[in-house]
Amino acid sequence: MNRLMALKDVRIAYDDTEVVNGVTYDLQAGEIGCLLGPSGCGKTTLLRAIAGFEPIRAGSIDLKQSAVSRPGKTLAPEQRHIGMVFQDFALFPHLNVADNIGFGIADRPGKERRKRIDSLLQLVELPDAGSLFPHQLSGGQQQRIALARALAPEPSLLLLDEPFSSMDVDLRENLAREVREILKREGTTALLVTHDQHEAFAMADRIAVIQSGLIQQWDTAFNLYHTPANRFVAGFIGQGALLPVVRDNRGRLISELGPIPVVGTEASQTGNMEILLRPDDVVRQSGGVSTEVVGKAFRGADILYRLRLQSGAEILYITHGRDNFPLGESLSVGLDLDHTVLFPVAESV
Amino acid sequence: MEVATHRASDRTALHRPGFWQAGVLLSALVLALPVFTVFSFIFVPAGEVWSHLAETVLADYLSNSALLVLGVAFGVLLLGIPTAWVIAVYDFPGRRFFEWSLLLPLAIPAYIIAYTYTGLLDFAGPLQTGLRDSFGLEGGDYYFPEVRSLGGAVIMLSLVLYPYVFMLARSSFLGQSSSTLEAGRALGAGPLRVFLSIALPLARPAIVTGLSLALMETLADYGTVQYFGISTFTTGIFRTWFGLNDSAAAAQLAALLMSFVFILILLEHYSRRRQRFYQTGGRHRHPVHHPLRGWQRYAAFTICVIPLLFGFLVPAGQLLVWALSIAEEAIDMSFLQLAGNSLLLASAAALFTLMLALFLGYGQRLHPSKPVAIAVRFSAMGYAIPGTVIAVGVMLPFAWFDNTLDEWMRGTFDLSTGLLLSGTVFALLFSYAVRFLAVSLQSVESGLSKITPNMDDAARSLGLAPGKVLRRIHLPMMRGALLTAMLLVFVDVLKELPATLILRPFNFNTLAVRAYELASDERLADSSTAALSIVVVGIVPVILLSRAIRRSGETHE
Amino acid sequence: MRKASLSIISLLAALVAATSFSGTALAAEEVNLYSARKEALIKPLLDHFSAQTGIQVNLVTGKADALLKRLQLEGRNSPADLLITTDAGRLYRAKSAGVTQSTSSIKLMDTIPAAYRDPEGHWFGLSLRARPIIYVKGKVSANELSTYEALADPKWAKKICIRSSGNIYNQSLVASMLSHDGKEKTQHWADGLVKNLARKPKGGDRDQIKAAAAGQCDIAIANTYYLGKMIKGKDPSQQTAADKVAIFWPNQSDRGAHVNISGVMLTKAAKNRANAIRLMEFLVTPESQSWYAEANYEYPVREGIEWSDLLKQWGSFKADRLNLAKLGQHNAAAVRIMDRAGWK
Repeated sequence: MNRLMALKDVRIAYDDTEVVNGVTYDLQAGEIGCLLGPSGCGKTTLLRAIAGFEPIRAGSIDLKQSAVSRPGKTLAPEQRHIGMVFQDFALFPHLNVADNIGFGIADRPGKERRKRIDSLLQLVELPDAGSLFPHQLSGGQQQRIALARALAPEPSLLLLDEPFSSMDVDLRENLAREVREILKREGTTALLVTHDQHEAFAMADRIAVIQSGLIQQWDTAFNLYHTPANRFVAGFIGQGALLPVVRDNRGRLISELGPIPVVGTEASQTGNMEILLRPDDVVRQSGGVSTEVVGKAFRGADILYRLRLQSGAEILYITHGRDNFPLGESLSVGLDLDHTVLFPVAESV
Repeated sequence: MEVATHRASDRTALHRPGFWQAGVLLSALVLALPVFTVFSFIFVPAGEVWSHLAETVLADYLSNSALLVLGVAFGVLLLGIPTAWVIAVYDFPGRRFFEWSLLLPLAIPAYIIAYTYTGLLDFAGPLQTGLRDSFGLEGGDYYFPEVRSLGGAVIMLSLVLYPYVFMLARSSFLGQSSSTLEAGRALGAGPLRVFLSIALPLARPAIVTGLSLALMETLADYGTVQYFGISTFTTGIFRTWFGLNDSAAAAQLAALLMSFVFILILLEHYSRRRQRFYQTGGRHRHPVHHPLRGWQRYAAFTICVIPLLFGFLVPAGQLLVWALSIAEEAIDMSFLQLAGNSLLLASAAALFTLMLALFLGYGQRLHPSKPVAIAVRFSAMGYAIPGTVIAVGVMLPFAWFDNTLDEWMRGTFDLSTGLLLSGTVFALLFSYAVRFLAVSLQSVESGLSKITPNMDDAARSLGLAPGKVLRRIHLPMMRGALLTAMLLVFVDVLKELPATLILRPFNFNTLAVRAYELASDERLADSSTAALSIVVVGIVPVILLSRAIRRSGETHE
Repeated sequence: MRKASLSIISLLAALVAATSFSGTALAAEEVNLYSARKEALIKPLLDHFSAQTGIQVNLVTGKADALLKRLQLEGRNSPADLLITTDAGRLYRAKSAGVTQSTSSIKLMDTIPAAYRDPEGHWFGLSLRARPIIYVKGKVSANELSTYEALADPKWAKKICIRSSGNIYNQSLVASMLSHDGKEKTQHWADGLVKNLARKPKGGDRDQIKAAAAGQCDIAIANTYYLGKMIKGKDPSQQTAADKVAIFWPNQSDRGAHVNISGVMLTKAAKNRANAIRLMEFLVTPESQSWYAEANYEYPVREGIEWSDLLKQWGSFKADRLNLAKLGQHNAAAVRIMDRAGWK
């Protein structure tokens, strides 16, 4: 495959605090990647380094097999041929929509430029907005113009910095899907930075979860959810509970909810461990383990219950919106596992 | 809940829109009185003098004033914008120092800088004499640019007026969302194009405001052009009034001058009627100042050091040399008295003008309407009018009021009230307010424009009356802008001469009056002590001003 | 906000205090003076007067036209008792504006020569300011010079320095020529003079002398007291410049050298009339008269006053005895002539 961007052991620091502690990551041509993490994890800094706004302290950034960032040497942003969509859109308030879109292609002949602007306005479905000023547009419209502007010069890489964070929650996923379609249609390679996993899932092919300036896991959305690499990823992506497991004298793993089927490498792990139980790993089972309903969240099509086991440990259970149990009701449950995710428990603290 | 609704409606009753609107309109009209007084002379016939003026000097007045304004516009932009940009965006040795020291030329009156440079560079000055002596030249053997020329006046005025552009441009650059500028970079624009096609257009309202302040002051300048022997509109007004003894024609010239200014202001407003310049603040503001390396550091340093050197260090140095070596005027107790008077007057005028500007600016925001807007624009035009004309414009209605009241009281109660307003400190403060309202108003208006209307609405919905919204929300938020307004007027009043000279009460002198008396008696060296004192007293607020701007810039983050 | 209003109130209080404690508080014996003479050139005399008589003198200095305007607008309520100007034109203007009154003080009438006071007793000269020709020693010899009129001769092309026509002393000089020579001749003269200028008019009188001394021109026209101050001042470069030039008294064989006066007038609104007249009389005592020469190198208006050494050194001269009211009458016409001649 054709590698478009490669980060190798990138470190970035402000003064003496390292914000990015050695990130290695790459992106194939046409792929949409995502840096996902809580605020302050260093993801935006990394994005700005890729754009050329921040120098790196160690490692390297390559775009299309040529070096753009090395320690002490940073190619200027305007020479990288990247596009960027900013969190606040950063539309130029003194220019109308057409001039905003045309800003990056000022060197093209007038006719060609106008054609490109028109086709981008079509692409973002705002064909008549050309003569409006940014303040006359709604937030969603501004967002699409910002995207059109970034796409206009046909950048080899498009960077999106929390592009949906100022949108309504209902709009976000739809917009994210729309943007994904536009990018795929244009064949654009893109890297998205966000703290919202739904946005990431809706848009990206592969997602890197970042915490403390390090990539914790780099995978598809499905794998991040079902086989998280560590406790941070498990906690950050989706919902779930951790339940202690013990190894019996026959070497089987036993939890409070019964024996655990072991797949692959987990079998060899020793010591105290915990298993990750997603809400959909838990099923109602007659003759299973008896639990008490201690919390519930009605979510329309389904209901998420919090169940307390005899030991006092709690697990999550998701079921059909019609299965309405009152608090205090006793439910009998068991396990239905596709993946076994085990984490060692740190020695007594 | 019910109680709250009740209280809110009580307040609405007290604060009907009419109260603010009428109050603002009335104050604006009172402040515009001197301007209207001058304009009223349009209707006095003065035909024959005009044909004389048109035949002989009017073309000169027009072309010299136009060239002066164009030249100073070019000069202040050239000195003010690059300095503002490098200081707002880059880091280089001395940046922190230049941040405040570039405002220092504000403390030097224009006519004083003209005197010092003439002293230095004139044919008989030390530089040319030294050149002639060392090369054995005679006058006429060599070319040396003449200080006392139109070009010289342009340079002198640019050197002391660029800080207006610098100050406003810098705070505008500082307030620009960094992501807007970065968006330009990401779209392939280099630093120069980002500056020219994004930062500069975005800062345009601020730059134009600074420019218009500088140009209005240029048009009002009398001391410099008079000393340089350049016939401008202003010298023409004086010549027509005092030389030809025709005050009506003089007032008509002044009215003509004001009309030009007014048309320019309207044109500028019209040209950006469709654009709006709010900015959503970007979050990524670090590092605000990109460090420069190598030759770029020296370039930035040079850009900043030139205006400081020629606008402040050279003239202040010359004053110091004169004061130490030649001046017969020593600093004594009478100087303390003068400095005290200057300080008192400047502080009171700064506060008074600020209160008025706040009232007008706020009222305009609360109830925007055409008549109010026009009245406020008119009242702020005093800045373009020579101080002497303002002073007469103030004296006329005040004396009329005093004498009419006196007449009536004598007739009705056989009691003379004498002069209640004329010749008082109040008349002086009022004329300062008329003259410098524009400076104060622009700071207040720009401060208010940064507060979104939602905040007003939020505060009103929480039960605050408009007056309280001002006090509890706006004043704390605008601290920087208000300080700027006060300090600018303070420094201006400190330097102000013509109105002070005419309107002051008995036995009341200021530093500017002392400096002027000696300088106009051609005792330039002797006047240096007083001139230097103005500079020294003016430096403190200039430094405070710079800190206020920096702090108000930081609150945006 | 409250703090701000408090501070503005205290500031205003301080201002009122600063402006009033020395003024009206001692209303008993006082006289109020609007003076176009600079404070330094009148205050010492006023202090002397107060010490002698116990009458307090309150002073506002300023430009003559502005003070006159203030006096006019204040009308009968004006606090001013006296107006002092530094040229005859403004004395005339004030009289015609109707803001002055006549006095028939014998002391004033007797001491001041008729040419230097208003025939109707509205104004009285205090000191004379002569405006002769100043030439560079060695470049010009005195016998090449004769009259103001002769300065228009093409032989002085590019050799003369004079300040701008906006200056009242130039306006008065041209006005005096108008009265003597008539309009046509004066216009012709002004045209010729402008052609002879070494540079565009700029700066003050001292600047003309300095430019001449530095070699930019051979002849300068300036009031003598500026030369006096250059000679007696502390600036060595100005002393050197002053050493290079000498005074030529023009028109000695006809009307005499052009002089202007600074003078005093009693205002119509005067409320301290008696005190004001005492001050006027004090200003022409022999002692005060010699002070003008000592302090400012002006000539006493009164005859028989001992001149200072410097004035003696410059020699005695015949002064134009034209009644100075004429200077005021012809001022506007003089400005028009200069406008037409292109005298900047």
